[in-house]
Amino acid sequence: MDLLAFARGPALSFSLAIFVLGVIWRLVGVLALSPWNDLSPPREGAPPNWLSAIQAVFRKMIPHRTFLTAGMFTTANGYVFHIGLAIVVLLFVPHILFIRSLFGVSWPGLPNGVVFGVGALTAASLLAALAYRLTSPVLKLISRPNDYISWLLTFVPVVTGLAAAAHVGARYETLLALHVLSICAFLIWFPFGKLMHAFLFVLSRGATGVRFGHRGAQL
Amino acid sequence: MTAKTTASGVAYDVQGDRADSERRDAAMQAFVRDFARTAAIHMESCLRCGMCATACQFYVTTGDPKYTPINKLRPFEQAYHRHIGPFAPIYRLFGLKSNVSIEMLQEWEALIYDACSLCGRCTLACPMGIDISELIKEARHGMYKAGLVPDRLELMDRTTKAWGSPASPSDDFADIVRDTGEENGVPVNVDLPKADYVITVAPAELTEHTKALTDIAKILNKIGASWTYSTAGFEASNIGYINGDLDLQEKMTRKIIDNAVAVGAHTLILPECGHAYGAARWEASRWYGKKVPVRVIHMTEFLAEVVNGGKVKLKKFGETTSFHDPCQLVRRGGVKQAPRDVLKALGLELKEFEDHGELGWCCGGGGGVVSNVRADPLRFKAFEIKRKQVEDANTQHFVTACGQCRITLTLGAKHAKWDQKVESLLELVADNLED
Repeated sequence: MDLLAFARGPALSFSLAIFVLGVIWRLVGVLALSPWNDLSPPREGAPPNWLSAIQAVFRKMIPHRTFLTAGMFTTANGYVFHIGLAIVVLLFVPHILFIRSLFGVSWPGLPNGVVFGVGALTAASLLAALAYRLTSPVLKLISRPNDYISWLLTFVPVVTGLAAAAHVGARYETLLALHVLSICAFLIWFPFGKLMHAFLFVLSRGATGVRFGHRGAQL
Repeated sequence: MTAKTTASGVAYDVQGDRADSERRDAAMQAFVRDFARTAAIHMESCLRCGMCATACQFYVTTGDPKYTPINKLRPFEQAYHRHIGPFAPIYRLFGLKSNVSIEMLQEWEALIYDACSLCGRCTLACPMGIDISELIKEARHGMYKAGLVPDRLELMDRTTKAWGSPASPSDDFADIVRDTGEENGVPVNVDLPKADYVITVAPAELTEHTKALTDIAKILNKIGASWTYSTAGFEASNIGYINGDLDLQEKMTRKIIDNAVAVGAHTLILPECGHAYGAARWEASRWYGKKVPVRVIHMTEFLAEVVNGGKVKLKKFGETTSFHDPCQLVRRGGVKQAPRDVLKALGLELKEFEDHGELGWCCGGGGGVVSNVRADPLRFKAFEIKRKQVEDANTQHFVTACGQCRITLTLGAKHAKWDQKVESLLELVADNLED
């Protein structure tokens, strides 16, 4: 079995299994804790809890203007690499073909040149995020190994993907194998680190939305 | 009680005489004990983006990164991952999260009590919606059990246990109310066996703002309500809620609710106090064990009710005002419109601060900070924001609806040698009732 076959085969299967089991474990681990049943009467006219939760999930997508002055870079750069990652992962034709081979579903993609440009921009944005983390006194203080590991395991798949697409640095098969292996590492780490926010953001925002909605307070 | 300093030079107070390991374990047990689902979700969700720093008055006015709200939780973040989180057994097995040290708890005492007013502004800034101030409250449960609380707050705790109030012995309460009634020429009711409304107070009403005792009496008399103060349940500012002393929080909550039920009241009116609203309006049922059988409302809600319902008519000022939104009432309580309705009924044109309502800046003294003298220099620094807001608004009046905010703002103005009066919404209404 060559490296590419290993990466696409057992490595990917193992990583996906860890990813799925780890995500379930972590979600169950917090959701199984008993809730604090709030028996206080809700504010008159308060929306139902489910609506407050959904509103909070969307409301939190854009910061209040007053926090944007100091948080503009964090917010704008965050949007750039999140949207960039979504485009690269979901709209690159070889990715779509790969997903189809796994799950049997597909959709139209973007031209390779466009996705390559977006990938390069995403990599630059991730580098900027790292630079900010390493230089901002606040971020330096509050950052944990988790933050740097999560950054690295997001950045490496982007860079190996760009290299594979551009056919630079090594044989295409080797580059592709490294790309797939880097994604395996990403998947294995995902449930244990802050990459999990891709799931947790709904719960976290939703829970506060319910608390505030019940009180008639605005988020 | 002893004031000490950590090896890194951070001052802390310590109560009791116990081994450090015992304190640490007590803190961890208390922190873990009632950890609910929402708190766990929030402990899991931080992105380490630092947005919360931009919302915190203590960070903004000092520029010191240690005041970043999420940093104030660091020992408890470590404890959460070691003891409660989904991967806690793995962390312990591989020694990935060490036990929190007593030195760390000592060092964090000032961040948890002096540098957090529980104002919750950071919650609005957090892109994940993490309710950081609620987590700080959880952390305070642990700190209280460890005997690591600022001495002044612990003194208020002990005084409340002994007297039933941090401001005055219960035995003196009826006399204070009657004396104030005589002094201000307002008939007052104390310890009536039955009444529709029960009025509660906060320490400010028993010390600096005694006129408030008769201001509400005047309004209730005016509308012909059946009402009373009760020695058995008068103290609504819940120092247990602020300090992290859950036993005291439960005791003080039960006291006012049980009394209101015994009196047969349909409504318990909370004083102009923000934390009283948080403790009694939103958390009372937690301690009562079921839905509280009495309607619990803040003084400001009562004022809006009688004004909007046409039960009282007010003289009009025809002047301008600014309004300081008490955090627990507005941002965390949802009572944003009520004070604005009352100001309008008083004929006061409200000039809003740029950041107001749910985005308003804290007075700097919430969460016990104003009572914690050790925090004075930091609090005076934070006050600079409010001063600028008031000066920018340039209005004839400056009003708020929380006695503790009023004291904090008045002290801040005095320290800054700034001649600015801070007015009470209740007092404005009581002083301007139409005959």
